[in-house]
Amino acid sequence: MGFEKFGRRSFMAATKVAPLVDFLAEGKIMGSVCRDCGAKAFPPRSDCVACLSPNVDWFEMPNKGTLATFSTLQYAPVGFEADAPYTLGLVEFPDGLKLFARLAEDTNLDDVKVGMDVTVRTKEYDDGQLSFEIVKA
Amino acid sequence: MPSKDVAIIGVGQSSFVRGYEGSIKELAFEAFREAMQDAKITQKDVDASIFCSAPEYDKQRSPAGVMAEYLGLIPQPTFYLENVCSSSSQGVKVAYSMIKAGLHDLVVVCGFQKMSEISSAESQERMGRGADIQWESPFGTMMPGYYALYAQAYMAANGLTLDDLMSVRIKSGTYGQINERAVYRKGVSAADFDPTNEKARMWGPVASPLRVGDCCANADGSSCIILASADRAKALCEKPIWIMGLGAASAAVNMPGRPDFTKGLQGPHLASAEAYKMAGITAADVDVAEVHDCFTIAEIMAYEGLGFAPVGDGKQLIRDKETYKEGRIPVNVDGGLLSKGHPVGATGGSQMRTIVLQLRGEAGPMQVKDPEIGLVHNVGGVGLYSNVTILGR
Repeated sequence: MGFEKFGRRSFMAATKVAPLVDFLAEGKIMGSVCRDCGAKAFPPRSDCVACLSPNVDWFEMPNKGTLATFSTLQYAPVGFEADAPYTLGLVEFPDGLKLFARLAEDTNLDDVKVGMDVTVRTKEYDDGQLSFEIVKA
Repeated sequence: MPSKDVAIIGVGQSSFVRGYEGSIKELAFEAFREAMQDAKITQKDVDASIFCSAPEYDKQRSPAGVMAEYLGLIPQPTFYLENVCSSSSQGVKVAYSMIKAGLHDLVVVCGFQKMSEISSAESQERMGRGADIQWESPFGTMMPGYYALYAQAYMAANGLTLDDLMSVRIKSGTYGQINERAVYRKGVSAADFDPTNEKARMWGPVASPLRVGDCCANADGSSCIILASADRAKALCEKPIWIMGLGAASAAVNMPGRPDFTKGLQGPHLASAEAYKMAGITAADVDVAEVHDCFTIAEIMAYEGLGFAPVGDGKQLIRDKETYKEGRIPVNVDGGLLSKGHPVGATGGSQMRTIVLQLRGEAGPMQVKDPEIGLVHNVGGVGLYSNVTILGR
């Protein structure tokens, strides 16, 4: 699949890391790891920024982390209006990698706190778009 | 002592408004006319021009040539510079570099933005695409949401309260109401943030924890800064204001690439350290500052990024009113972005103009007592580009 399937609405189709979308369809959230120096990255990249190597492989991301921060948007940009309000969040994993996504739609916002334990999981929208989302642990 | 090599010899700014009735050329001309009359020069004195904006708001492709023609600045070289919200600060830095290198002696930097040609929602979509369109825009991001991510984590860690953020907005209103160029010219009080007050305009949630009153407004506007070499400045200008220090830094556009959100934006720490070193001063030497308060939380983070307060303790400056005109370090005593409005490409130049007027003693009712050193903190994106400029008499 092309990268136009990524997220609630994608703004691009061509990227070497488009296989991320295929992994999402299989229920896996993947980052990239350099075969030469071992540096990990999320979001995934096709070139290692640490040693400049093009030899990059996939690895499955951890799924348990803490919520570094979040915000509930009452207004949405063009193309996202029907979804508002929704909550954006940033997860920090024990290995230091971070993931930016929305919180699951059924999250009780009264329970959401900076620093709380969360998990991440894949998400398929009704229109077939593939993404990942944050869930209270 | 820092060298006095490049000076600002003229400043201008249009009124910042909602729905400017003219074209971008006419908008730019308003600031240009004021700066040229301020510098008492004509177009034949100008060696080059730089035009600064965020291009996604413009229908005009490659605006520099069109602007240069309308302003009468052809056939001199001209070009276009984009650094989103900090475009015109970066324009001043490039003009400084060209003059210092000996390429040109007198350069016009004109920032402009007409944001009202597109709807507020479309504008937010474009601002959202100031994020990485691969990894973050697909979630439906907006500028208020990004600054809100910082606010949420920072407030949880440092005891900053919504009332503190409100205090920043109240200070802004104190000066916005006496700035005739500001888009929002009403005073602000705690009652405006009271959800039980039917007439309250500022409590409505935008992106938690930020409310309407925590956010600056889009606006149309232009600014113009004229820079000259030392020889030209001394020949042309009675009160040259010298560029003493320049600092800049970049940061990861993707939030996963950012360090600890509880400590605020990191770019301004780097940019201010560089600028202070070049100027041979410390934060304590700054007499008046303009900071990029696109959101109330941004002003608190700026206090810390500039070294006016320790990290985590910026709240104390606003609680003690130390950033008011009479305080230890007056900040945004022209109303800042929160009151002036934020015509992206024009904002940095507008901040420079305010500091130049302050250092000349020409700031009218907003004048701080006898400042010698002023500072401009102008940030593009969510701390994506940080620029600090230090000016002195």
